[in-house]
Formats: sequence, C-alpha cells, structure tokens
Amino acid sequence: MLELQNISYRVSTPEGEVDILKNISITIPDHRLVVFTGPNGGGKTTLAKVIMGLVQPTGGKILYNGEDITGLSITERARRGISYGFQQPPRFKGITVNDLLLLAAGEKKLTKDRCCQYLTKVGLCANDYLDREVDVSLSGGEVKRIEIATILARGSELMIFDEPEAGIDLWSFARLTETFEQIHKEDEATMIIISHQERIIRLADEIVVIANGEIAHRGDCEQIFPLILADTLGGCPVIERKEAATV
Amino acid sequence: MMNELDKSLLEKIADLTGTTADALNIRKDSGCAARQSTEHIEISSKTDGKEGIDIRIKDGTKGEKCYIPVIISKSGLSEMVYNDFYIGDDCDVEIVAGCGIHNSGCNESRHDGVHTFYVGKNSRVRYAEKHYGENDPGQTGQNVMNPKTEVYLGENSVMQMDTVQIRGIDSTRRETAFHCEAGSEIVVTERLLTHGKQVAESDMVINLNGADAKGRVISRSVAQDESQQVFYPRMVGNAACFGHVQCDSIIMGDAKIQSIPAIIANCPEAQLIHEAAIGKIAGDQLLKLETLGLTEEEAENTILEGFLA
Repeated sequence: MLELQNISYRVSTPEGEVDILKNISITIPDHRLVVFTGPNGGGKTTLAKVIMGLVQPTGGKILYNGEDITGLSITERARRGISYGFQQPPRFKGITVNDLLLLAAGEKKLTKDRCCQYLTKVGLCANDYLDREVDVSLSGGEVKRIEIATILARGSELMIFDEPEAGIDLWSFARLTETFEQIHKEDEATMIIISHQERIIRLADEIVVIANGEIAHRGDCEQIFPLILADTLGGCPVIERKEAATV
Repeated sequence: MMNELDKSLLEKIADLTGTTADALNIRKDSGCAARQSTEHIEISSKTDGKEGIDIRIKDGTKGEKCYIPVIISKSGLSEMVYNDFYIGDDCDVEIVAGCGIHNSGCNESRHDGVHTFYVGKNSRVRYAEKHYGENDPGQTGQNVMNPKTEVYLGENSVMQMDTVQIRGIDSTRRETAFHCEAGSEIVVTERLLTHGKQVAESDMVINLNGADAKGRVISRSVAQDESQQVFYPRMVGNAACFGHVQCDSIIMGDAKIQSIPAIIANCPEAQLIHEAAIGKIAGDQLLKLETLGLTEEEAENTILEGFLA
C-alpha cells in the first residue's frame, strides 16, 4: 500500500516561491489501477516523481507498505519494488534492448522467449529489436515502447507510467492498453498511470484529477469522466473577457 | 619461460590461453618467448638489422589467425619494434596484436611499435590491437606505448581495425595511416579510457585514393579524472569515394578532450561526413538506471561499459 501524507513541493523562482504540489494526501491500496489526469503543468508528473524519489518533496511523508521511504534514494525505492516508466526515456549509445531488459529484470540472462513476451506486449518483435542499441537509430515511439517493456521485465509491485501513450502509434497503443488491462485483471501489480487517454482512464479503479498542485477531484470513471469532459470545453480568458465587454 | 604473470597478460591482450595451432609470435622483454609458423603464415625475424618480425601470408589463405602479442614485465625496459605484414591476394585472415606491460618498479616501461601492412587484392583482414598496463601495488613506473600503423590496402580488399586501450597506459601517441585503392574498404573502431593523469593522442589519416573506396572511423572514448585526450582523424577523398568519421567522447572529472575530425575532398565525387560529440554522462541516463535498482556508481559503470563495448 502506498500512502502520501501532506506532500508539498515548493521551488524558488526569480518571481518568488512557487508551490508545485500543495499538501497532497492520498492512499493507494495494493493492486489498484489509479490514473492521474488533469491539465498540463498541474503537478501530475512531479507527484509521480516524488513517489519514485526522482523529486524530493519539501514537505510531507511517503509510506510504502508501512515503511517511511521519504528519505530513501531512487535505488533503494526501486529495490523495494517501485518502478517508473519515463515520459521521455533517455537513449544509451552501446546499450542494446537486450541489455536494458537484463538490467531491468536484474538477471544475468533472460531467455529469448521471456524477452519476446515483454516486447510483444508493447508491440515489438524480439527478433528485430533485441540486438539493437537504444540510441538515436530508434524512433521516439520505439524508445518509448522499449521503456515500457523494461517496466514489465522489472515486474515490480508498484508500476508508475508517465504518459505511456505519448508518441505511440494507434496499433501499439491498443496492444498496450490490453497489457495494462491484463496486469490489472491478474492482480500482478499496483499501477499509477499518468494519462489523458479515455481508453486508459476507463481501465482505472480510481481517477485522480490533479490541477494547480492539488487534487481537484477523485472518484471512479462514472463520477470523474463527465467532469473531465466539462473542463475540456474551456476557452481563452482574454477572448472571453473581450467578448463579455462587447455584449 | 612464461610465468603466471605473463599468461595473465597474454589472456588480457590477446585472449590467448594454453596452446594454439595458429601462427604465433610472443615477444617478451625484447626477446622471443614463442614462435610458430603455419603452412600458410610464415613468421621470421627481420633481416635488415631492425628489431621485429616479418609476417608473410600466402595468397588464398582463409579462416586463419595470427597472434603477435608483446609483453613487458621488466620495469625500465624501452624498445622500438618493426613488424611488417605481407598479406597476399584473396585472403581472409585475423591478426591479433596487442601489448601488455606489468611494471614492477619505478622506471618507465615503453613499447614503440611500427606495424606496416601490405594487403593484396580481394582480401579481408581483421586486425585487433589491445593495450593494457598494470603496476605492482605502490609502484609508480610509467607505462608508455606509441604505436604507429601504416596500411596499404589493395583493390577490393576490406580491413577492419579494432583498437582498445582501457586504463593502465600513462602515455600513448598513436599514429595511423591508410592508403586505400579502388573498391577497398577500411573500418576503424577505437575504444579508449584514460584516467588519473594519463595522456592519449590519436592522429589518423585515411587516404581514399581509388574509385569506390570507403572509409569509416568510429571512435569512442572516456576521459576521467585529470586525463587528457586528443583525436585528430582526417578523411581524405582523392577519388569518387565515401568516408565517414564519427568521434564520441564522454568527459568526466577534470579531464580535457580535444576532438578535431577533418574531411578533405580533392575530388568533386568524394562524399565525406564527419560527426563529433563530447559530453558528460546525461543525468537522465543515470536516473533511468537507478530506477532499475542500480546504484549511481553501478549506473555510471554500466553506461561506460556499454559506450566502450
């Protein structure tokens, strides 16, 4: 179980102090699929990074399976069963897809069958990709799918995915949503997915809308989806003011 | 006689363990520790008064290997060696060179080697050269290697040259020159890691002289601590040819790297490209590997190992 207690993240800018996260508290029970959604710049990725240890909060506490992990490094959290799929994964010259899967699985050797399973779940063929370097020769979508395959190979108890759909083609995206659905059905892991995609949002047990560094809404799909649709009809405040003035 | 130290050096620089049926010449502390010719590859001492050997590979020799490692275990030894390779037409051979120094004292040990290759027509040659140095604990003797390689590549021949120098060599200056005839192809890969106060320089020129000659240089290096590296690869197109130079370096600590690739076209049909990059390990690479459970140090080593693989 993951518990975030009063998480805050404040940064200093030339304009003064800015609160990126404001006193966020949330508990995520095991084997739940939770989607973080909300407007760009609302704090979703920062909150996910706080859980992985990629960002150190300026206030609050993170408990994982009852243990306070707020002061633990990324490595220590990874070893306790938390994994994180980056929105824009890095590339590595000289490191192959096979190498990354081995590192992720924490094993010296993986059978081709197992590698094939991980890669197939993200719509890639092991024969074509295992020996390729994860460098600029791969497209953004390919690197993204390899990134997700490393999370599957890691087999962690808590998987965090930051916009897994970004940069992925429609066909691979359909395969990916099936994979999330399967992991969820088989109770293999707790998943936190940052997403704006309806198909992923509809898989969630709970949707958390994060805006302006706070939890704006929480609930299941039936409760939250109408709110999201209502928010997407927003316009430009400057134009709206002008229009209001002319009426 | 070979002792355990020698055997360990041989394994490191040439992957040689036990006996081999391949052609072989082991040079140890300026003497000959072992020599073996085969039906197709003949190794003999030079007869012009210079130190070194001649290696003659007959026309049509295929699938054979030739080992010519050098080991130095005496602190303070300095040598200049000339090895000439005469490779016939229609060959397909592998040559494994390399130099290992075990410095047990405080004096400079130094190996300067001049390798000249005369490769015939339609041949394939894979040439590997690994440099390795180590010191006894507490000993400060410098390990120095200055290899000079000159290759005359005949029509439609292909040569792949792989050089590796990972740690242990305090000072190196490498000079390499290729002269490529029509239809020939040279692929050079350099792998280098320097640390401490080590200094490494690589000066290379590839002359693409014949029509359809191809040249490719892939240089990857890591400079740590206060070490210094200078790369100066030049691709010269003298005919309708294709050349590509790619230099990538990772810089760490207080190291300094100069990378100066040059492409020179003396023919309008020459197509030449160069790319060079120097940068430190990207923070997001370290973070990604840490999320896979590696410590920062393990992540750094994994990135460097992959980069230099």
